[in-house]
Amino acid sequence: MPQLPGLIKGLGVTAKTAGRTLFPKRGWKTLIPAPQKGAVTVQYPHEKEAPPERARGVIALHEENCTACMLCSRSCPDWCIYIEGHKVKAPPRREGGKPRTVNMLDRFDIDYALCMYCGICVEVCPFDALFWTPEYEYSEPRIADLLHDKDRLGEWMDTVPDFLDYEPGSEQKVRKVPR
Amino acid sequence: MTATSDREQMAYISSQAADARVNVELDTGDMTLNIGPQHPATHGTLRIACQLDGEQVVVAEPIMGYMHRGYEKLCEVRTYPQCTTLINRIDWLGSFANEVPFILAAERLMEVEAPPRAQWIRTILFELSRVANLALFLGDMGVQIGALTPVFFAFRDRERVLNQIEEVTGGRFHPNFDRIGGLKDDIPKGWIEETHSVMVKMRTFCDEMEDLLVGNEIFQARCRGVGVIPPEVALSYGLSGANLRASGVDWDLRRDANPGLAWDQVDWRVWTHPDGDSFARYWVRLQETREATRIVDQLLDGIPSGPIMAKVPRIIKVPAGEAYLSTENPLGEMGYYIVSKGDLGPFRVKIRTPSFNNISIVPWVMKGVYVPDVITILGSLYFILGDIDR
Amino acid sequence: MTTLLALPYWQETGIKLGLALAIIPTTSLILVYLFLFKMMAFMQSRLGPNDTGPYGTLQLIAEAIKFLQKEDIHPAQADRRVFRMAPVVVLASTFLLYVVLPAGPDAVVQNLDTGVFYAMAVSSISVLGILMAGWSSANKYALLGGLRAAGQLIAYELPLILAVMGVVIQAETLNLQGIVEAQATGEIFGFGGIGNPFILTQFLAFLIFMIAAQAELTQTPFDMPVAETELVGGFHIEYTGFRFLLFFMAEFGTAFAFAALASVMFLGGWWIPGFDVDDNILNVLGPGVMLGKILLIAFFIFWVRFTYPRLREDQLQKFAWKVLIPLALVNIVLTGIFKVVF
Repeated sequence: MPQLPGLIKGLGVTAKTAGRTLFPKRGWKTLIPAPQKGAVTVQYPHEKEAPPERARGVIALHEENCTACMLCSRSCPDWCIYIEGHKVKAPPRREGGKPRTVNMLDRFDIDYALCMYCGICVEVCPFDALFWTPEYEYSEPRIADLLHDKDRLGEWMDTVPDFLDYEPGSEQKVRKVPR
Repeated sequence: MTATSDREQMAYISSQAADARVNVELDTGDMTLNIGPQHPATHGTLRIACQLDGEQVVVAEPIMGYMHRGYEKLCEVRTYPQCTTLINRIDWLGSFANEVPFILAAERLMEVEAPPRAQWIRTILFELSRVANLALFLGDMGVQIGALTPVFFAFRDRERVLNQIEEVTGGRFHPNFDRIGGLKDDIPKGWIEETHSVMVKMRTFCDEMEDLLVGNEIFQARCRGVGVIPPEVALSYGLSGANLRASGVDWDLRRDANPGLAWDQVDWRVWTHPDGDSFARYWVRLQETREATRIVDQLLDGIPSGPIMAKVPRIIKVPAGEAYLSTENPLGEMGYYIVSKGDLGPFRVKIRTPSFNNISIVPWVMKGVYVPDVITILGSLYFILGDIDR
Repeated sequence: MTTLLALPYWQETGIKLGLALAIIPTTSLILVYLFLFKMMAFMQSRLGPNDTGPYGTLQLIAEAIKFLQKEDIHPAQADRRVFRMAPVVVLASTFLLYVVLPAGPDAVVQNLDTGVFYAMAVSSISVLGILMAGWSSANKYALLGGLRAAGQLIAYELPLILAVMGVVIQAETLNLQGIVEAQATGEIFGFGGIGNPFILTQFLAFLIFMIAAQAELTQTPFDMPVAETELVGGFHIEYTGFRFLLFFMAEFGTAFAFAALASVMFLGGWWIPGFDVDDNILNVLGPGVMLGKILLIAFFIFWVRFTYPRLREDQLQKFAWKVLIPLALVNIVLTGIFKVVF
């Protein structure tokens, strides 16, 4: 079979793509151009892409679980987590027991201007206090505003998606998000 | 020179005469042209100082270090888990592949081995990052020599692969998913099927590139016979990866020195091309992308069940010792030499990156080429600035 | 030919000048919007600009306003006077080209007897402007780009002119209106229903003309003078703001003009089958027909531009001198023989 010249083939590829973009999935019969559907790009401010559940967008803090143990702060590769806490006496868990000392969180800041989104802090947290959420719209005109305090980090908790099921053959257990 | 035949002698004389013409008769004075540090063809901040005679390059010297971030030194003041976040950023297009040799070297020092399921998923992600990385090359080469469309196709289809990587690891570019002793997490439900369909799309993309560029007569005119690297020269300059295979050297660390990943479990082949020119380099990478999608397809069907993490202590201390381990990354041989003194972090890390060696052949290969060929050769050598400067 | 309105000379000139001034930005606007923005986007699975105005139609106007706001920067070493003049020279060549383009029996700025000759002559003035821009920018990339442009444009003038020669021989006139008439009254083997568009008899010349025009317009695969990835824009690397806009307008205005020349010489121009050649209604319908034909040809120009990689300078010269010019000469000889025999 004689080969088509590559120059003509190339023209065919671009023309085919243009056709697919203009008339997506309807064939050439319905000649109503619908490039909005055919284009692979997302028209950002008008429509938003949904990142996958595991996407590392921003870190949410479940404050009740945090014991100010500083593990996350110490394991951060660029040391962008600032934690301060103090100890308070709490009533005993059972009647007649000894009064406990509990760590109270005073300050939990993450500087997203420094964060490299590696996720080590979420991973090392032994008390399930930190979670990833796929939210990404929190840019600020002022760099100092990228320092999220514990209230702001707590607000992200509502956007944390449930953990995904695993493929068959996995021995991992699906974790639960504290709500 | 001792000529063995009349024909060789004539060729020698005529080449000498041509040199004489360039240097003496047309003594027009050389012009120094700095290609870079800010130039679209260097995709980053590489500078190539060219001595031009007309449009012909007399001497070309690559000057690196504009993006030196000191990762070897930074690794010394970080713990092993923290190092992987830095290593992600060396070759930013195939980041998962960067983590693997480092983790494997550390595992060798600690004498742990990841369970088979982890090794398979590692290999899948490794090959996925190879597909994502090479897909961008396939399009970018087009834009280097003036075709606008391929790079858009490449970004379009690479995005699908990156989405698959993101669905598992949470990061499009910087997965940070590999851990000493296994992986951070298992793959989510439905991922295998989606990846299969993405691999089908990537093969279509490869076919499109074949029609759009490889078969194109203009592309062939621009690339064939440009920047020919003979196998001996390629070996002596330490080239690796597709650049070496395009020179006809059958060398692939995945097959020759498999460090325990699942490549030996599947059926695949190493592609080579005898020509050693820019076209051969493009062609080899195109075939490798196809082959990688095939590897991923086979691996996806045979993931063994089991745990994904071996038993390692929560706080990782690597025993004292030294280890060097390298793998066949998308760009070539990438290796880490780790010296440990038994601390939380490495004492010294030497990173052998493929692009640094691949780019060092520039002065040899760019003698006497035209300015447009400089771009073709740079594009076909395929370096990533983070990979050169670290 | 009858004149549409009997006006004093200076009034007529004023109207024509105003029309020409209005048409050139509009034409480049149409081409840029239709092809550079939308068609290219669709070929790359994108949507193109779609926020400014309905379907992004006002995008180019927004960009023009942006260009006008920019500071007018000269490089310190630049030859200022030449640097400032260069874009004007390039644009002037485009303006002059529009003088002879006919859009109807009377809808032409100036119906020159040597229209083809004039068009070829003024289109090469742009080389001068590009060379001026390349030299005066005091930039090595610009210099390389300017010299490449000079070499390339001179090499491709020849096949362009030689290809047109075939048409001229067949039409027996250098007048563009005359060429349209010759096509309208021509017959294909005795059948004159659609006239005789010269694309049928002069197909080789048409191909050569289109390839040479592609090079003349510095569109891919012949865009080495601009070559974003090598010379980073070539001769207009140092131009910003308004002056860059002039280059940009000239590029697309010339593309439009060349498409118009091709449609006049090969596709029958403004003539519609079934009408008399000097029917007054063609003055109204003609521009529409012309626009359709021009867009068809421009579509091919830009389709090729978005698909192909670029050649190297030496390969381009080889292609021009070893392939295009001999072919064009063969075409002239064949046309001459046929002209004499039939």
